[in-house]
Amino acid sequence: MTTFDILQETYTALSANKARSGLTVLGIVIGISSVIAMVSIGQGAQGSIQSSIQSIGSNLIMVTPGTQQGPGFQVSAGRGSARTLTQGDADAVMKEITGAQAVAPEISGRYQVTSKGKNTNTSVIGTNGSYPEVRNVEVDDGVFISDDNSRSLSKVAVLGPTTRDDLFGEGVEAVGQPIRIKGIEFKVIGITRSKGGSGFGSQDDMIFVPLTSAQRFLAGDSYVTTISVKAPDTESMTAIQEQITNLLLDRHNISDPQAADFSAMNQQDIVATASSITQTFTILLAAVAGISLVVGGIGIMNMMLTTVTERTREIGLRKAIGAKRRDINLQFLTEAVALTFVGGLIGVALGWGISFAVKYAGILETKVSLSSVLLAFGVSAAIGIIFGYYPARRAAALNPIEALRYE
Amino acid sequence: MIEITDVTKTYQGGDGGFQALRGVSFSIEDGEFVAIMGPSGSGKSTLMHILGALDTPTTGTYFLDSKDVSGFSDDELADIRRDKIGFVFQSFNLLPRTTVLRNVMLPLIYAGVHEAEREKYAKKALLATGLGEEHFHHLSNQLSGGQIQRVAIARALVNNPTLILADEPTGNLDTKTGEIVLGTFQKLNQEQGRTIILITHEPDVAEHAERIIHIRDGLILSDSKNHKRQATHHTSHHA
Repeated sequence: MTTFDILQETYTALSANKARSGLTVLGIVIGISSVIAMVSIGQGAQGSIQSSIQSIGSNLIMVTPGTQQGPGFQVSAGRGSARTLTQGDADAVMKEITGAQAVAPEISGRYQVTSKGKNTNTSVIGTNGSYPEVRNVEVDDGVFISDDNSRSLSKVAVLGPTTRDDLFGEGVEAVGQPIRIKGIEFKVIGITRSKGGSGFGSQDDMIFVPLTSAQRFLAGDSYVTTISVKAPDTESMTAIQEQITNLLLDRHNISDPQAADFSAMNQQDIVATASSITQTFTILLAAVAGISLVVGGIGIMNMMLTTVTERTREIGLRKAIGAKRRDINLQFLTEAVALTFVGGLIGVALGWGISFAVKYAGILETKVSLSSVLLAFGVSAAIGIIFGYYPARRAAALNPIEALRYE
Repeated sequence: MIEITDVTKTYQGGDGGFQALRGVSFSIEDGEFVAIMGPSGSGKSTLMHILGALDTPTTGTYFLDSKDVSGFSDDELADIRRDKIGFVFQSFNLLPRTTVLRNVMLPLIYAGVHEAEREKYAKKALLATGLGEEHFHHLSNQLSGGQIQRVAIARALVNNPTLILADEPTGNLDTKTGEIVLGTFQKLNQEQGRTIILITHEPDVAEHAERIIHIRDGLILSDSKNHKRQATHHTSHHA
């Protein structure tokens, strides 16, 4: 029996009952396409989270106030809200961490902001001239806050594009206009370029003011909420992170690093954490889709068992005219694998289509990886063999005499 | 050449099993047309299975073309069936929704005959049974009972077997069609010298053979030449 013969027999057998074969294939199509679509959506989500983390700056180390620990008690006031980092700490980091490319201390708070009758509530960040370099902020119109502004306590402000739209309307020239933050008048000197991203913590909905002005006029104290440090390259990040930690531990008179009242987070760590979360979700999605693939496989087995029963006489005849156990086994196994193969083919196309639709609709930047396609194919072939094995073996083991007598 | 000596067959079951054949011996020369006759339960089906290499005897020997097949494995028996035996069944057993030609070519697939030669052999076998060429590409379910059985005979013939084994070949046919089919067997026997064994419980059918072996309760009752052999009007049935 040649391969061509087997394929021809398979085609004849499967096309004899098109509706049944089609529905069985559909089970595999749904399984494979959902695995492909889910994995591509998961990977898309991973990519989008990573790029949004990258957009807050590159090679970034962020020092934030953190848990205050004393002997026997622990107070966590929540990251960013504790007041343990001072202007002095920021100055020391700027002065002593020579390896750092740029350092931008920040003080942030949410305030009511008004302009000509419009008002909004947004976050106001006091910082210095290094901020754009550290946090990848670009200025679209006007200028960013300079160190001079900071030194001279200027009441100037740089608006994010969303904030500009809220306060002045879309596309209105805002540079040179006055705004009031917490009732104090600031002059708009620049607009940042949109970075995308939306919702909570959008980097486009922000107002930047000089650090000193924010401390004096808005916060009324000299604490800082974040010190962002840019390392020259990825390799030096760990070393700089360590230097900062040691410096601040020293300044805060803390000997046990576990008891630090601040935390220095490396951007790589954040990316890694986010990646592991999205990875987990991708696996979860793929697992749910995988269940449907198994259900599809059971559909194959069910159909093959029915087929074997229906074609008992045919099997008997084939054996009577000289088919060996192996021939029958191969024939039915090929039928099962052919079903899953066709299902896999259509499933990959459909999964690709879903993934493309998600991308086209602008929901997520999905991509179908070659590995997930190969995996899907491998799995569908394996399902054909696994779920086809038992029915095929049952067919091959039939006694020709009894099979011929079967009514 | 078939030689069966002291063949018994016992089916395992309660009460020490059931003995379907209790020592059967006979030989059939090439070119003979033999009917094995007996009522149901006589053991003729069991004998047919052994002759057809579908089953092996419990004791005794079965020489087919001077090869003892009584101890063969399943795969060896499959080879014997493929190369030496052609079956014709009461219920035809053609593949449904498959053309006449493809049905007849089926044994050649398992015999490993080259693709290009299969059709030639199949057509030759079909013409030998008297089925008209216009039916070759019909589906098997578009034919009449007599035509179907002739396709089945062609399928049995296509591998050029030593022995054609027909198990109640007219059982599902009306008398007239049955006569045509029996005529086809006679013709194959006379014109091509085919060895044919006909298993039946009907004396009328057995009368078409040259020799009749009566079997009852697992033993041979009689084995004799058929003197009142019916000459079937197998003129031309190129229907």
